[in-house]
Amino acid sequence: MASAAAIHEEHPVGLKRWLFTTNHKDIGTMYLVFSLLMFFVAGSFAMVIRAELFSPGMQIVQPYFFNELTTMHGLVMIFGAIMPGFVGFANWLLPMMIGAPDMALPRLNNWSFWILPFAFTLMLSSFFVPGGAPGTGWTMYAPLSIQAGIGMDMVIFSIHLLGISSVLGAINIIVTILNMRAPGMTLMKMPMFVWTWLITAFLLVAVMPVLAGTVTMVLMDRHFGTHFFDAAGGGDPVLYQHLFWFFGHPEVYIMILPAFGIISQIIPTFSRKPLFGYESMVYATASIAFLSFIVWGHHMFTVGMPAAAEMFFMYSTMLIAVPTGVKIFNWVATMWRGSLSFETPMLFAIGFLVMFTIGGLSGLMLAIVPADFQYHNTYFVVAHFHYVLFSGAAMAMMGGCYYWLPKWTGHMYNETLGKWHFWLTTIFFNLTFFPMHFLGLAGMPRRVPDYALQFTDLNRVASIGAFGLGMSQLLWVYVIYQTVKGGKKAASKVWEGAEGLEWTLTSPPPYHSFATAPTVK
Amino acid sequence: MSLSFMKKKPSRPLNVAWARFAAAMALLLGVGTASARVRWNFQTPVTPMAHQIFHLQDIMFGVCVVIFVLVFGVMFYSIFAHRKSKGHKPATFHQSTTVEIIWTAVPFLILVAIAVPATATLIKMENTSGSALTVRITGYQWKWHYTYPAQGIGFFSDLSTPVAQIENQEPKGKHYLLQVDHPLVLPVGEKIRFQITSKDVIHSWWVPSFGVKTDAIPGFINQTWTEIDVPGTYRGQCTELCGMGHAFMPIVVKAVSQKDFQKWVTAQKALMVASAAGSSKTWTEADLLSHGKTVFAANCAACHQITGQGIPGTFPPLSAGKKFSAAPAMLQQLRGRGFLTKDGRIVMGPVKNHLRIVLQGIPGTPMPSFAGQLNDADIAAVVTYERNSFGNHTGDVIEPSQVAAVR
Repeated sequence: MASAAAIHEEHPVGLKRWLFTTNHKDIGTMYLVFSLLMFFVAGSFAMVIRAELFSPGMQIVQPYFFNELTTMHGLVMIFGAIMPGFVGFANWLLPMMIGAPDMALPRLNNWSFWILPFAFTLMLSSFFVPGGAPGTGWTMYAPLSIQAGIGMDMVIFSIHLLGISSVLGAINIIVTILNMRAPGMTLMKMPMFVWTWLITAFLLVAVMPVLAGTVTMVLMDRHFGTHFFDAAGGGDPVLYQHLFWFFGHPEVYIMILPAFGIISQIIPTFSRKPLFGYESMVYATASIAFLSFIVWGHHMFTVGMPAAAEMFFMYSTMLIAVPTGVKIFNWVATMWRGSLSFETPMLFAIGFLVMFTIGGLSGLMLAIVPADFQYHNTYFVVAHFHYVLFSGAAMAMMGGCYYWLPKWTGHMYNETLGKWHFWLTTIFFNLTFFPMHFLGLAGMPRRVPDYALQFTDLNRVASIGAFGLGMSQLLWVYVIYQTVKGGKKAASKVWEGAEGLEWTLTSPPPYHSFATAPTVK
Repeated sequence: MSLSFMKKKPSRPLNVAWARFAAAMALLLGVGTASARVRWNFQTPVTPMAHQIFHLQDIMFGVCVVIFVLVFGVMFYSIFAHRKSKGHKPATFHQSTTVEIIWTAVPFLILVAIAVPATATLIKMENTSGSALTVRITGYQWKWHYTYPAQGIGFFSDLSTPVAQIENQEPKGKHYLLQVDHPLVLPVGEKIRFQITSKDVIHSWWVPSFGVKTDAIPGFINQTWTEIDVPGTYRGQCTELCGMGHAFMPIVVKAVSQKDFQKWVTAQKALMVASAAGSSKTWTEADLLSHGKTVFAANCAACHQITGQGIPGTFPPLSAGKKFSAAPAMLQQLRGRGFLTKDGRIVMGPVKNHLRIVLQGIPGTPMPSFAGQLNDADIAAVVTYERNSFGNHTGDVIEPSQVAAVR
């Protein structure tokens, strides 16, 4: 017994600690740092894109390289920044929230992380091979992706790797949540963040293999003489889109449900009032997950679907507004008659509520098929999904970072700088993306390196906003660095109104979160 | 940067952009004026369907603004009134089935109310029957081809904005990137059916003022329709990422009266006869070179560049002696045709192979077949031009009859 305990207490140091670690906190930290790194890599691509779009005419890049950048900006943000970011939160928090010592499958956990650096090395090195990275957009539509150079194959293989990493991580999360809860922690007592991740994990297991299969079919068409997506050989280019979006739409919810979870933790804390309508929140999340499987056609209203199919996808898409609305209403009702204070995490949560709702409402507009014919593939769509993914997913992670950073590091962050980060991000974000709605309505297609003169003014505003938005994130890194290095000691219960098991542990928490399971009443 | 921008456009300084942005914010809050719409909303609709879409968008926008104001009115009131710094004590309620049912049911009913007009419009949009004219639209990387099957007319429509404007060596014209050499000409006042397809990758044909956007998919024909109310020139763009030239394949439609349309049809038929004659006569070297330059700019320069220097790693240069490396498959194809030396330099291979490359394309590479796009005279001219430009001095003069022999 003593030797077993000793093995558990063994802490390798230096590189070995990070390479071989099976500890959920170490792995969580690696995921978060990796995600932050990828956030800046993909963000720097966006800076080049916005610099090129500052003026009409070709300025600093060639059209083909511009397409490479749009592709990699999307792929790296989605698979490198947002998804690993949320997995980082899950690793750090799930065991602490459900009263477990660690994740259920620690070695698998290590492997899921360490696949990522290799996958992204492969993906990003496609820039340097003949023909460059694919210029297909992150959607990699056939037959354009059949035409692309060897970079496409590298991206396909890296997607295979990322899929393995995601599915393994998701299985680990499902097993942990279903098996490792402390006595008394029934499913309907779990914190919302745990619930949203449980549902997200099922989505991951369901759709990542679909993506892997789809890109493998592209690989076969490219090199092994199949014609899945080639009409001349009896295939169908639109089949690619059906398969891709059958993955793609649940993927959208994979990137937003954990954000809902984080917001559902933050708002009650700073309202000093329990989450309103917990049960309906759980059911709403599950409904959104279910609906996500039957709305994929709304990404492809212009491919020439029969009217009946267009109607089905229009109605099912509109239906998503109902459970999403329930969530927004519940959050607002949680704040209603609370005792509100506005520390940085709460600011981000309120920012999330307002701006995510703008993205949700423009999503409702996009669902209306006749109107979608006008919005489809214009900057209106670019505006829409950045309101959902940046002010939705990314800003929820920023809020979550400020919320739990004192718990993770044992130090309080600098509140003034945190607030500055929030306001700069919010102002520049809206300056960047709000004008894009109008660009789209006025007729500017997305994924173009050059545009007609009437779009100049709004593109300038968007570019200036984007540079500001990019720069503001450096402040975030600085605050994180400062907090990791030192600062005011954080108490166990960092926030006055915080509820949940993670706040019963010291800040920073012990290496093995709950050595003895707590009892939940 | 900003200084030169101010100088170039003194009538529109940056603060106008800001003022407009502020106006847009005002519009979002529902206090905008109708005049703000022209620039901030859809382009002016000129077909019944575009009008209906505009109307639907107005309804949707109104609904969204009302919901937004109501929900966040409540939230911001709470932020104002229920703050700890004012000493507000938290309530303890956290559940109400009645409220949950209300805010599930009410949005649902709103959605049903929106779905009714949306469905009605959609059904009309999908009805392509009863058209008086059919136009077949084919997407190519990176241009459009239009055919009028009943009239026997067909032509390509290429971007006509000079490369010098795109590369900022010349001031940009009013319709920068939205102008073509041969616009699509359509009559007003009758139902026109479009049959849309593609020769290579997926494109999408969009004219905002018509409310028509349909994907052009290789191997499939999509149908859609329009009926234009107002004569005029309408401009749109390809809206599906189709590779490097995606931003450079605009759509221009000239809507004219029925009478003018008939005149145009007659004139086009005469032009096609003249063009066919061009392929049977013998051309002088000077004529070939000057026509070849035009053909090259419209068809080849997107990839091989107007300078003929290509793009390293992707598109080969057309200058003998230039080094080129790319994917092994492409290099092998070039070597096999005699256009690449062992040490990786471009060389002008045999004329026959040159013609074959242009006519048939190179399978497995982005080089497309031009057999269906260019006539014998065009190909003779462009190959003559390529073999005597960009530092090449082969002195070869290729006549249309030689092209016909290889074709």
